[in-house]
Amino acid sequence: MAIGETLLGLLETGPQHGYGLKRSYDTYFGRDRALDYGQVYSTLSRLLRDGLVTEDGVEAGSGPSRKRYAITAAGVTDVQRWLGTPEAPALYLQNTLYAKVVLALLSGRPAGDVLDAQRAAHLAEMRALTARKRDGDLTDQLICDHALFHLEADLRWLELTAARIDELAATVAAGAPAAKP
Amino acid sequence: MTAAAAAGEQVPVLVGTGLRKAFGVNPALNGADLSLCGREIVAVMGPSGSGKSTLLHCLAGILRPDAGRVTYRGQELTELSDRDRSALRRQAFGFVFQFAQLVPELSCLQNVALPLRLGRIGRHQAEARARGWLERLEVADVAAKRPGETSGGQAQRVAVARALVTGPAVVFADEPTGALDSLNGERVMRLLVDACRQAGASVLVVTHEPRVAAYADREVIVRDGRSRSLEPAR
Repeated sequence: MAIGETLLGLLETGPQHGYGLKRSYDTYFGRDRALDYGQVYSTLSRLLRDGLVTEDGVEAGSGPSRKRYAITAAGVTDVQRWLGTPEAPALYLQNTLYAKVVLALLSGRPAGDVLDAQRAAHLAEMRALTARKRDGDLTDQLICDHALFHLEADLRWLELTAARIDELAATVAAGAPAAKP
Repeated sequence: MTAAAAAGEQVPVLVGTGLRKAFGVNPALNGADLSLCGREIVAVMGPSGSGKSTLLHCLAGILRPDAGRVTYRGQELTELSDRDRSALRRQAFGFVFQFAQLVPELSCLQNVALPLRLGRIGRHQAEARARGWLERLEVADVAAKRPGETSGGQAQRVAVARALVTGPAVVFADEPTGALDSLNGERVMRLLVDACRQAGASVLVVTHEPRVAAYADREVIVRDGRSRSLEPAR
């Protein structure tokens, strides 16, 4: 998660102090991992240094934590650029599971068991996410769906590999790695 | 959940052992086993042509296996006459298929009431119960419509209502979301599972979609006509 850009994006809705920003962040994005205060303030001081936010007064009863921050024009430009830049699609080409399957085949262990154990673990996680989604609000549902679709992609790969395990075994036995080094 | 309730749920309702079935020279089932406990929801997964639908059909008494046994509450299905087996299917089992398979000439309400009418329940009572199930499946608004006038998701929810209206002990669902988009598929699955849990029915759902299988308590995978139960990781 790009914390700096995310905090900037939240500040676009109006000036906030650090504590308010942390709460906004946790509400929208931090359900599974809340942002710690240290990170909020270190990020804000970086944004301040870079001219992306500015101090916008101090709330009554103030300590250092009651300083309010506002986004600057440069900050808005930064958020705009960030939102308009697609995230690099994750390629998942370094695959531990694939290595485990090949090593199982090389060592004469049952590779199908490796696949099935992983399958069971994935489905157990999917069941937990599905249960959470059923009891959750739209935010929870969309966060869980994102995770569920990724786990589903893994499961499809597990199924495909299980279907081609004999073919892979023959390739591995012939000493030719199925993938180029 | 109390220990007693948990123990009660461990009692198998439907058990298939050593099931074999061939179509011509092609074996579809090669000694498959599956056991379904009371209130349990089990997903049957596997590649196309692995025999998962054949397994469901054998367990539901729709197909007679070439070898092996299917028992429902201790009663062996293969020992029943065709007539008794049909009666058992009608009374104890409910079915949901990939395409809703509703009778196009009847209204949705009449479709749901149909299994009760076949069981000789009067029209008024049958339709009152059917209406209750349409409400639970959130499709009361299509009661008067014919299936052709509803969306795929609505028709499938009507089909779930029809499967549950007789109060079955076991619901068999064969790719119940296979013809639906993600959002409608999820809605059908959630309503199906919630309704079955409330009614205390067990569910055997055949699916190739992991997200559908994730609604179940446990997964059984079928490959080359053999089944394997994958226990949830603890």
